[in-house]
Amino acid sequence: MPDPVRPSLAVWKFASCDGCQLTLLDCEDELLPIADRVEIATFHEATSRAVDGPYDVSLVEGSISTPDDAVRIREIRARSRLLVTIGACATAGGIQALRNFADVEEFRRVVYARPEYVRTLATSTPISAHVPVDFELRGCPIDKGQLLEILGAVLAHRAPNLPTDSVCIDCKRRGRVCVTVAHGTPCLGPVTHTGCGAICPGFHRGCYGCFGPAEGANPAGLLPKLETLGMAPPAVERLFQTFTAAAPAFRAAGEAARARGGRP
Amino acid sequence: MAPNAVGERRRLLRADFPAFLTALRERGYRVVGPTLRDGAIVLGEIRDETDLPIGWTERQDAGTYRLVRRDDAAVFGYTVGPHSWKKYLFPPRERLWSAVADGTSFRLEPDAAEPVADAFLGMRACDLAAVRISDRVFDRTAPDPGYHGRRRRTLRIAVQCGGAAPTCFCTSMGTGPGVGSDHDLALTEIVDPGPHRFLVEVGSEAGAAVLDRVPTEPAGAADVAAAEAAVARAAAEVGRHLDPAGVRELLLDHPDHPRWADVARRCLSCTNCTMACPTCFCSTTEEVPSLAGDRTEKWRRWDSCFNLEFSQVHGRPVRQSGLSRYRQWLTHKLASWHDQFGSSGCVGCGRCITWCPVGIDLTEEVRAIRADPTAVAPPEAAP
Repeated sequence: MPDPVRPSLAVWKFASCDGCQLTLLDCEDELLPIADRVEIATFHEATSRAVDGPYDVSLVEGSISTPDDAVRIREIRARSRLLVTIGACATAGGIQALRNFADVEEFRRVVYARPEYVRTLATSTPISAHVPVDFELRGCPIDKGQLLEILGAVLAHRAPNLPTDSVCIDCKRRGRVCVTVAHGTPCLGPVTHTGCGAICPGFHRGCYGCFGPAEGANPAGLLPKLETLGMAPPAVERLFQTFTAAAPAFRAAGEAARARGGRP
Repeated sequence: MAPNAVGERRRLLRADFPAFLTALRERGYRVVGPTLRDGAIVLGEIRDETDLPIGWTERQDAGTYRLVRRDDAAVFGYTVGPHSWKKYLFPPRERLWSAVADGTSFRLEPDAAEPVADAFLGMRACDLAAVRISDRVFDRTAPDPGYHGRRRRTLRIAVQCGGAAPTCFCTSMGTGPGVGSDHDLALTEIVDPGPHRFLVEVGSEAGAAVLDRVPTEPAGAADVAAAEAAVARAAAEVGRHLDPAGVRELLLDHPDHPRWADVARRCLSCTNCTMACPTCFCSTTEEVPSLAGDRTEKWRRWDSCFNLEFSQVHGRPVRQSGLSRYRQWLTHKLASWHDQFGSSGCVGCGRCITWCPVGIDLTEEVRAIRADPTAVAPPEAAP
């Protein structure tokens, strides 16, 4: 039974690299206070102990890319009070969603020696395409501060502070000089979802959009500027088609770049 | 040295400028002003004159900014950069209060931070105008204690512009380039003819108290004439114009003008214009509790009308389209600001033009609507 004082936490993996769930172990100083206050019921990267549900909170990493995944996520949802997806794979389909724009059968024939062993779906899709999701943490990988925020919110029975605006607002609040305007560096910050702390512009490089599109952003509006800064349309298309290629706003921007002269 | 009086004009030689910085510190001020960082002239702490961008200027236009070397050693030979003074008076993140759990109740913790008195070195005429506007904004319902506390402690050292950027339009908004009366000290830099020097105008007792500690001489007619020539040069160089006549009615009466849809296709909703604007004041607050739940802090941080969540009411944002968000920003800044605060919200500094990643220029948007105010969108082509 769930302990009302120590909520139970389960961590699940689908098609992903494990980097996001490792962020929980990266919490270091805060990890022990968390471990004191939650019961870690299932977390294969940390412990071989596994407790059957129900769970108060499930953190779900990875995208749905096989028929088995599509069944398993429903079981997890049924056993979880709150379901939080973590990372670009779980929230947008991940870089593996590039398959959504291509012929998966051809990939299977070319890549695998025994393609008949591989059971896969034609698409890689976010968890939210299969089951209701309570909260999403974006990013490749997720931000440790946002993970702690959501765990703290669960423990305090409050709503988490998870802003949905652009990376630019973080740069500006930190007093950083815009890499696009002052250096001529292509940057997806104006259309990318905040949450990382604007790490890349902080190191004088452009944002590559690993948190996916900001709410209400207009990615297609950035295309002429990226071209003015010297990026050919195929490069612009690739810039939008990385970690969150299948997020609708970035997918549309990639397709718009292709229409302006992207990859054939 | 005889004490300086308000209204007096003095000549400060460039060689004595370090003594001026020393005098500010001796009077207990933390000096903040223009400094070079990451390829731009930003605002930061000035510990000695080498922190100032001596001999540098910038080239800026819509969506672009580059540092450039000057062919002289002017101390203030540039215009405005990405930062404005609001970052000190209205910080991007500010703790409003903190509380600790106390049994079944809680206890507010007093703020232990020592108040700092800042000397703002190098405020331009448009910057002074922005602070005048902000003074009213942060006094609207009740005086904001944080803002007005910092504001009262601040010494305003203005610099009259001797040049202008292509993005400047202070002359349109009636805010510059010459400074009016609400400064503690106003400097005008004179590189030549004659010795490199400053004309210093004393605007307040606090300003006079600083200048008393610095070797100066009474200004001569040549100093005053050179300063006036510098300001006239700046006015002539101003690169953009916005006709303020009737702009309130022009914008409010044409909410369906096709130009709004046109700008919405270019606007990214990224918030940069509102962040760079010296008068944009929108904020949000958030609770920051400790993980253990024994302590919480209330923080205020800059927000923007370009964010979808900003207009969230009862679970849905009111302004869902980029069109409605851009129109909200421009009509507030240039039109309804008059009704709310008794002036325009725009000072003509041009920061929103330069720091817009895609170079949207509000003077151009207003001009397009004014050119044909009753324009209607062409009907959609039949499929």
